[in-house]
Amino acid sequence: MTDVLDTPTTAAPEPQVRDRADVRRQVKLVVVLALVLLAEVWFKLQIDDPTVYQLFKGARSKDNLPVEFDGTAVSWIAVALTAVALLLAVVNRYPRGWAGVLIAVVVGIGFYGAFLMWAYADPSGTFAPAMTNPIPGTIRIATALVFGALAGVLCERAGVVNIAIEGQFISGAFFGSVFSSFAFVSLGAIPVFWCPVFGLLGGILAGMGVAAMLAFFALRYHVDQVVVGVVLVAFGYGITSFLLGQIPDGREDQFNNPELLQAVDIPVLVDIPYLGTALFGQNLLVYLAYLSVPAVWFLLFQTRWGLRVRSVGEHPKAADTVGIAVNRTRWQAVLLGGLFAGLGGASFTLSTGAFDKEMTAGLGFISLAAVIMGRWHPVYAALAALMFGFLRNLKDQLSILDEKVPGDLLSALPYLATIIAVAGFVGRVRAPAADGQPYQKTD
Amino acid sequence: MTAMSPAPETIVPEPEEGQPKVRDLRSWLPTIRDTVVAILLALLVGAFLIAISDDDVIEALDNLFTYPGSFGVYAGDVLRYSAEAVLEAYAALVDGAVGSGSSLRRTLERSAPLICAGLGVTIAFRAGLFNIGATGQMLVGALAAGYVGFTYDLPPGVHLLAAIGAGLVASMLWGGIVGVLKAQTGAHEVITTIMLNQVARFTVLYFLAKESFQRPGSDNLLSPAVADNATYPSVFGLHIGIPLALLAAVGVWWLLERSRLGFEMRAVGANPDASRTAGMSIAKVYIATMTIAGLLSGLAITMTLLGLQQSVTDQVVGSVGFDAITVALLGRATPLGTVLAGLLFGALSAGGLGMQTSAGVPPELIQVVQALIVLFVAAPALIRGLGRIRRRQKTATEAKGATA
Repeated sequence: MTDVLDTPTTAAPEPQVRDRADVRRQVKLVVVLALVLLAEVWFKLQIDDPTVYQLFKGARSKDNLPVEFDGTAVSWIAVALTAVALLLAVVNRYPRGWAGVLIAVVVGIGFYGAFLMWAYADPSGTFAPAMTNPIPGTIRIATALVFGALAGVLCERAGVVNIAIEGQFISGAFFGSVFSSFAFVSLGAIPVFWCPVFGLLGGILAGMGVAAMLAFFALRYHVDQVVVGVVLVAFGYGITSFLLGQIPDGREDQFNNPELLQAVDIPVLVDIPYLGTALFGQNLLVYLAYLSVPAVWFLLFQTRWGLRVRSVGEHPKAADTVGIAVNRTRWQAVLLGGLFAGLGGASFTLSTGAFDKEMTAGLGFISLAAVIMGRWHPVYAALAALMFGFLRNLKDQLSILDEKVPGDLLSALPYLATIIAVAGFVGRVRAPAADGQPYQKTD
Repeated sequence: MTAMSPAPETIVPEPEEGQPKVRDLRSWLPTIRDTVVAILLALLVGAFLIAISDDDVIEALDNLFTYPGSFGVYAGDVLRYSAEAVLEAYAALVDGAVGSGSSLRRTLERSAPLICAGLGVTIAFRAGLFNIGATGQMLVGALAAGYVGFTYDLPPGVHLLAAIGAGLVASMLWGGIVGVLKAQTGAHEVITTIMLNQVARFTVLYFLAKESFQRPGSDNLLSPAVADNATYPSVFGLHIGIPLALLAAVGVWWLLERSRLGFEMRAVGANPDASRTAGMSIAKVYIATMTIAGLLSGLAITMTLLGLQQSVTDQVVGSVGFDAITVALLGRATPLGTVLAGLLFGALSAGGLGMQTSAGVPPELIQVVQALIVLFVAAPALIRGLGRIRRRQKTATEAKGATA
């Protein structure tokens, strides 16, 4: 991985004296690429029969059967791509900036291909599973993660640590389901299509409710933000499980049988082969997620309010000195974050079905991980969320091949990646300077 | 995120050394009062939840809104049924916690792991570290202790020690990773412990799917129970893990208050920069602290596995790892406080079971109450704002502000 923040050094084409950071960067690159290359060669050598099946286009049906093809080429192309990148790194010509990122992405896709060829070749049973399109599943899982990551970015940019994303998710999921079910059963005036939208409102209210508790205790009473966050997760789990248990038998329809969000096709775009349905045949929440990422970026980096948010997160005292109301700004950022986290929570029920105890299963913590991996930047955090969604989906897809690929270890990957990131092995990861510090005006 | 260490005034008690005994006790009074008020407030919210989820109350409320004319009658109904429901539930809670020999035993059995794991969080707090990783440390400890416990066939005593040892070592290493990462790279322990918790969960799931961890004849991800030779012996119907937990508390007290390492821990917790200037090795303190914290978590899981003979699953830790944090916070990061808080939470947990069986209140209510207790305890200003005892307190905080 290249460090995009290092671009200023590109001015010197061939540094005469190389500083230690530059050498370290090269060593890292060489080691990582060599490991990738070794793994790809190992994958290739393990394959006895390179025949694999793919079903990237649409669902399996009578007219749409898996296509057989030979995976040898994919494996070798991956090896060749990685070898070129490794060579560049060895002679210290690996580009910086966007070109470097692009090469890293290409190598990553190659690695994914080589891995898939190995995973799907030589099936252990008589039935040969087919590779399927990873994009629909990735989008489905990543929607919640993107919203959660945006919530985390907004809070932490304002200097409030948000461990409670998981608590916001679970509350948003529950109240999203309740509002949608209630609208469908009891509020006859609302057309069916708008019932789940009413559910979104429930999710937003719940997310903002938890956010308000976080802000109330952390900003007004200066309780340690991590403590509040941890407690709010426990509180969210507890209260939703409690309330779920209190829904009387036989009245589940009224409270926990949400009307789901309908898929809305975006004309023209939906017809793009392979990608169309996956990206543009989705429900309202997914489109909201697409729009929210640039919106949060714009808010944070192009508006006066965003500048204020970032300044109270970096140096509250200086912000106060120039007349910014520190705690008010933080309240606003935390509540806005709660809105996004609530939407993310609502996606658990409004995209899939009834609420179940602890159904968010730690995804809120993955969002937190995405915030850190994305370096507290909305776009990078969303990309990290997308990557974690991809990994989780990969694990689901490979679960039929559990003999070969230990799915549980694959599930642990996002968390390991985050540890590696915060330990500083992939570039510099720096939190907003005043993250976690309460601000109290002193006279 | 360098500043996420717990605020010292909420965690560390008032200085107690070198003062006459009477003043010593008096300095604890505000803490005790805040804690009691927090518990009462949390129970009050719990009572509200019990009331609004009671069938009779709901019906009375329905009537109240349908026939606003007879407000007096139905409002009375609402109050009466609420009081009945709350009293019944809380009576069941007390009965389930301390009402009989068996419920008392259950309370103690549930307290023991909470105390041990809570001590692990406490000791980390004192060194300025926030150990959210008790869950992960306990999970890998369970894996190791369980494996030794059900795979080998050793003589009594030896087997128990081997199983305990395996669990402790695994948990120590898992905790130690956090210390090493913090010391060497500055990776924040809150993030690494959260992530390692999840990694531990998937590690356990991975191993449980293996042949050698499978309970014969079971399709679930469930290990065999540990051999009888590897269980804690019982005295008066209680396994000896419980006194062991109290011993651990004494050990932690000695370590923190009387040992050189403990002094260094407290110094680093109070001010890492000053400690470094004074010649202490911060890295050593972080690693030692997290290793010991892991060890205590490991001890906690042996209570469940070797004390209650539960089998290893990914759910074996339950909410203990999480409650450990709340126990340590409630106990103000002192060993004695942690023991008391552990007993309280053990009692709440055992009582919650009684509440479920005899009053039909879901046990999740207890989780809510526990979370609220900690929230209120962590915000002493809120409690003082609610109480009327503000004047004396105000002078105390002003004095603190002046010295700071």
